[in-house]
Amino acid sequence: MRKLLSDLALPAGAIFASLLVFGVFEWLAGVNPIEVWLLLFKGAFGDWYSWQNTLQRAAPLMLTALCVAVPARAGLVIIGGEGALVLGGLACAALPYAVPLPANLAGTFLICAAGAAVGALWIALAGWLRQYRGINETISSLLLAYVAIGLFKHLVEGPLRDPASLNKPSTNTLAEGLRIGGIAGSDVHWGLVLGVAACVILWLWLRWTPSGFAVRVVGGNPRTAQLVGLPASQLIISACAVGGACAGLAGAVEVAAVHTNANASLIAGYGYAGILVSFMARHSPLGIIPVAILFGGFGAAGSLLQRRLGLPDASVLVLQGIAFVLILASEALRGLNWRALLLRRAPA
Amino acid sequence: MSTEQVITLTAGIVGGALRVGAPFLFVSLGECLTEKSGRINLGLEGVLVLSAMAAFGGAYLTGSPWLGVLCGAVAGALLATLHGVLCSLHGVNDVATGIALMMLGTGLAFYLGKPLIQPQAPQIPFIPLGNWSDSSAVRSALQINALLPVGIVLAAAMWWAFARTRWGLLVRMAGDSANAARALGYSVSGIRIAATAAGGFIAGLGGASLTLFYPGSWNEGISSGQGLIAVALVIFARWSPLRCIGAAALFGGAGAIGPALQSVGIGWGYHLFNTLPYVFTLIILVLSCKPGQVVPGSPGELSSTR
Repeated sequence: MRKLLSDLALPAGAIFASLLVFGVFEWLAGVNPIEVWLLLFKGAFGDWYSWQNTLQRAAPLMLTALCVAVPARAGLVIIGGEGALVLGGLACAALPYAVPLPANLAGTFLICAAGAAVGALWIALAGWLRQYRGINETISSLLLAYVAIGLFKHLVEGPLRDPASLNKPSTNTLAEGLRIGGIAGSDVHWGLVLGVAACVILWLWLRWTPSGFAVRVVGGNPRTAQLVGLPASQLIISACAVGGACAGLAGAVEVAAVHTNANASLIAGYGYAGILVSFMARHSPLGIIPVAILFGGFGAAGSLLQRRLGLPDASVLVLQGIAFVLILASEALRGLNWRALLLRRAPA
Repeated sequence: MSTEQVITLTAGIVGGALRVGAPFLFVSLGECLTEKSGRINLGLEGVLVLSAMAAFGGAYLTGSPWLGVLCGAVAGALLATLHGVLCSLHGVNDVATGIALMMLGTGLAFYLGKPLIQPQAPQIPFIPLGNWSDSSAVRSALQINALLPVGIVLAAAMWWAFARTRWGLLVRMAGDSANAARALGYSVSGIRIAATAAGGFIAGLGGASLTLFYPGSWNEGISSGQGLIAVALVIFARWSPLRCIGAAALFGGAGAIGPALQSVGIGWGYHLFNTLPYVFTLIILVLSCKPGQVVPGSPGELSSTR
């Protein structure tokens, strides 16, 4: 109970503190902070239009956050979700080049599966390099992300380029039937359902199944895992693959629901924002859902800040950075014995 | 390929190694100092971008490239100090904090650097070393960054300081055995914060080389992972400042292959050649790390190698 309270209170406090710091930062830059806060709220959750924008951005964030959370449960810090995302999106757009696909739900399923598979392989490679080559997975996953982006640009601007895309090199546009549509005619697409479902399923997996439990043992205490004979390497690499599949799926969903083809707009930083979301949710798949909606909202509000106040588009990055720093700093407050602190001060 | 093209290509790669290698050298020296004290700073990527922006802004506003270099280094030191202080808090993990600072530094740099994308700033002067040659390609390749000799001297000075001075010994002690430092009455956190801040200052010189020498302008794609490659480079250099020089030159050369090929008219696979430094880094890591074994030369308290 107490743990749950601090689990909720610390991130909430950190968010408020980071909004405060962000306001001061904007105030120093010569902008009225109250206006900034109001616009942040309005652009994120003010009306149905903002909510659609927010939820549209929350969907890939949930999936890329899972790419951090699941390996984190196995004891790894993976920060290369962006690479899995762009390659997943590319695989999704490229599959119709290779095989004729039925332009219906089955085809959509296949392109999404292709994205997830490529993402899984990419992050599993970082896990493999760690287990069998002893390479720090944080560094290798980010290096792999840069390789992935280079590969993506090479293929999109070269062999896979649609000759009709002149100014903005893109792959061929997906057939109408392959795309992912909106829910009940709104701008919110079915990717959101996929994201929420992935969070819930992975939460159930980690919480209630023997293999999920084994992953948590490996992450929590590698020596215990070794003593009870768990196949640590297999579990760690599988956790990476599951996380990578989520990020790859995020890319596929972005292509099939938003961009309709693979182009440079896909490299939008969802992979990096997902790191923040996962850390804030303390790597809990269920916790990721509300946090992803919150940061999806900030992302949505960013364009409103840009339009109304003329703030640079990097405002959202600054807010994310401040929030990340304060979330981590708030960890120092965890487990403090508040009552003892207060009692000691009170008599004086 | 004609002889002239071969000369152009070789000059491009060697010149690139000198130009692209300079930021690598400074960032890896900064990271080396930080890691010697027992802490890893993945946030140097953020430090590099922020200091690149600050150096460009400083040079643009004051009109002096050297004041710009100073601005960059100070901005780098400030961001790194934040990392050092945060990591000293109880229960705060240095890898996660590094990722957070990567985001914060990049965000701040993009935000504050928005008005700096168009203008030109006075550049760091170059030292011409290629006047003996008739080939213009060779001459332009050997126009080196005036900060580069500073970096080489700094590497030698750091090597000497780690081996011979009281300060160097303190940093190494904090990195190899925090308990020993504590037993002698030194503040481990204090030493680490100081080493991290100094590391950020040095890395800031690398940022300044990016915007004030090569490529010589500020844009949002100025650094793509150089700060992080430098972390890997320190592992490859086995935490020796002298070996950082060679490693930086090697990586600079790898990074210059793409642009050099383009300069002789080979445009195919430009993006692929640009991924070479990353692939190269991964290969180097595969060669220098072994599973379940600590890399030789690594500081004992370092969380990334444990």
